[in-house]
Amino acid sequence: MSSTRLVVGPFNRVEGDLELRLQVAGGRVERAEVNAPMYRGFETMLLGRAPRDALVIVPRICGICSVSQSVAAAHALADAAGIAPPPNGLHATNLLLACENLADHLSHFYLFFSPDFTRPVYAGRPWHAEAQRRWAAAAGPDAGAHTRAALAARQRWFELVGTLGGKWPHTHSLEPGGSARAIDAAERLRLLARLREFQAFLETTLFGAPLDEVAALPDEAALAAWQARDPLRGDLRLFLTIAADLGLDALGPGPGRYLSHGAYPLADGGHAFARGVWDAAAGALLPLDVAAVTEDVSHAWLADGGLAARHPAQGLTLPEPDKPGAYTWNKAPRLAGQVVETGAIARQLAAGQPLLRAAVARCGGTVYTRVLARLLELARVVPLMADWLMAIRPREPFCLPAPLPDGATGTGLTEAARGALGHWLRVEHGRIAGYQIVAPTSWNFSPRDAAGTPGALEAALVGAPVQPGEATPVAVQHIVRSFDPCMVCTVH
Amino acid sequence: MLNVLWLQSGGCGGCSMSLLCADSADFPAMLSANGIALLWHPALSLASGDELLALLDDCLAGRQRLDALCVEGALLRGPNGSGRFHLLAGTGRPMTEWVQRLAAVAQHVVAVGSCAAWGGVSATGPNPTEACGLQYEDEHRGGLLGADFVARGGLPVVNVAGCPTHPGWVTDTLMALAAGALGPDDLDPLGRPRFYADQLVHHGCTRNEFYEFKASAEKPGDLGCMMEHAGCKGTQAHADCNTRLWNGEGSCTRGGYACISCTEPGFQDPGHPFHTTPKLAGIPIGLPTDMPKAWFVALASLSKSATPKRVKHNATADHRVVAPALRRTRLK
Repeated sequence: MSSTRLVVGPFNRVEGDLELRLQVAGGRVERAEVNAPMYRGFETMLLGRAPRDALVIVPRICGICSVSQSVAAAHALADAAGIAPPPNGLHATNLLLACENLADHLSHFYLFFSPDFTRPVYAGRPWHAEAQRRWAAAAGPDAGAHTRAALAARQRWFELVGTLGGKWPHTHSLEPGGSARAIDAAERLRLLARLREFQAFLETTLFGAPLDEVAALPDEAALAAWQARDPLRGDLRLFLTIAADLGLDALGPGPGRYLSHGAYPLADGGHAFARGVWDAAAGALLPLDVAAVTEDVSHAWLADGGLAARHPAQGLTLPEPDKPGAYTWNKAPRLAGQVVETGAIARQLAAGQPLLRAAVARCGGTVYTRVLARLLELARVVPLMADWLMAIRPREPFCLPAPLPDGATGTGLTEAARGALGHWLRVEHGRIAGYQIVAPTSWNFSPRDAAGTPGALEAALVGAPVQPGEATPVAVQHIVRSFDPCMVCTVH
Repeated sequence: MLNVLWLQSGGCGGCSMSLLCADSADFPAMLSANGIALLWHPALSLASGDELLALLDDCLAGRQRLDALCVEGALLRGPNGSGRFHLLAGTGRPMTEWVQRLAAVAQHVVAVGSCAAWGGVSATGPNPTEACGLQYEDEHRGGLLGADFVARGGLPVVNVAGCPTHPGWVTDTLMALAAGALGPDDLDPLGRPRFYADQLVHHGCTRNEFYEFKASAEKPGDLGCMMEHAGCKGTQAHADCNTRLWNGEGSCTRGGYACISCTEPGFQDPGHPFHTTPKLAGIPIGLPTDMPKAWFVALASLSKSATPKRVKHNATADHRVVAPALRRTRLK
């Protein structure tokens, strides 16, 4: 069978620029290479600077995961300083991170992912007109009604960050010792009111149901029954209709191993959503061995310094633009040599969300389960945020001093909307001597490693249908966007 | 309608994300009602891949009118001037080349954010990617398009600088362009729209009482003025951040941290750690704009000795520990 080559890009409605090189045969993708085509070199920019400068520089890696980058840097500095924030600082940080993560889920669903269902290729489907009415792309002349509502809800939602951290993105209130912005009792009331306003949007427009009703659905049979009772109410139900019609539960299978750094640390040392690696085949949550993380540069335009795969604490970032066999600026992160997937799906699997575990047990990590995981997370996190707000004790400390020794190392692990984010910091003579960043999409959109094993997206694209005449295949777009990639984080 | 094409290169996308925080109950309607049509935007358009490339061709060939080319992110000229640090996906061509060609056919060229204006954070330290702005490299004219570039509409590159930009700076600029109401005199000497650049971050700062008495913050979270110790450049930085607030009721100084003068060229390399104030003989080197040094020193020492106890105590706390005195007489 003859195969044809397809270069797909520029890819929009992902954050940053993305190019795919596809080998297509018999109307299916048979091989994919993922290229993150832009390099800025943040890891080298940080060298030689005062350690706290990282708090200004790293949020600028990414305008959509900016708080996540700040949180990872603050954790790495706190680790290096050997301190932990007071409870108020923990709550304020969790609130800021949750604001960003939920806003990103909203942006993903309404701005990035769902507009593809309004494409003319689906004009014959019974749900197409309704998808167009709700989700037509925001830049078009007829932006969807729910897209407009979601943009307005998002704008109001980010006013939480205006109060909690001054502005978004690039919020410098996040400190290793906690938060530089103390919240008083009156502000807390205003924040609670704003939180409930967002909840009302979710319950009216996205779910057409109370959040706790959605979060409590135990399995797919319950989900199907819930949907069948009122199939057009709320956007989750419409998505489920489309997912069933297009077979999105079989599209874009992931590697079956899911990495979560653990989200929203608690004062007792645990996380609201557990840390670990969910092994879908075994149906078990395995402990995360951070020492087993490596980054492999064998297919990146980066020099290996004599070692193709390194732990980030020993990582190198040296451009080598003419390197033979390389096809991206992204490194290939591996966990104990294996490809893993990260994101809301991994977080909710590790956290034991019953519906998601049931769905993944049936169909694996697919376009359908990745999107479902984000929406379930929206339903689960808003009530947690109300708890954190109530747990704040006004007039008690939000931030502790975090003096740093002249020589130290620190690791900062957190969860961005798109999954596991890690910063590895080394300080020598009071200056940054090493700084490595492994971002969620570095994992998901990794190139091949030295063994030739493709990354998660590269494998997920194999088998994707390509219709005759398609230059930017719509199934490929669904799969790519189901990961909610952030390309500016990927390479940084 | 003002047809806007929005491209991203060496940046974080944060100016687009900030734009979506524009204070509007209906963002798409707000744009169109004010005469702004997005031909294409990376986060907001359906068109992808070949559909976008066809649009770019149409703009270059004159089949599509291009009124405003908005560029977000620095222009990455490296390695060795090749532009290969960002080849526009699907084209194999450097983004720098696409921007040069499109700028030549656009009525107006707008740098959205400090990266596109001056190079910004993408050009920091060793500037590993040879990043620059559209018409500036830090404070030096030049950049990708050159010192003498003038767009077809008669303006040089409009520098909506900021890291990120306030959504209002961008929408006001586009609305003014759509209305034909942005002329050369409406830009400051660095090409920034005067409506936001002819002000200082200091104006409207809620810490101004602390500033008056030089009652200074000493650690993160303190309520005092951040100029003396914490590296705050609000008294020098051109922007209206404390009168046009961010995300509702925010700004950097209201969020508990110093202004790093992100609207100014070269802000990314201040020559000192961001969180500390460089001083000479105990006096901050960066004095408030328009303030003679001798007067600053004299007033600072006088006001320090006159600091009320309330201001002094509150300056080094993260919440108000002393309330203003209550006078049980009618205020005069």
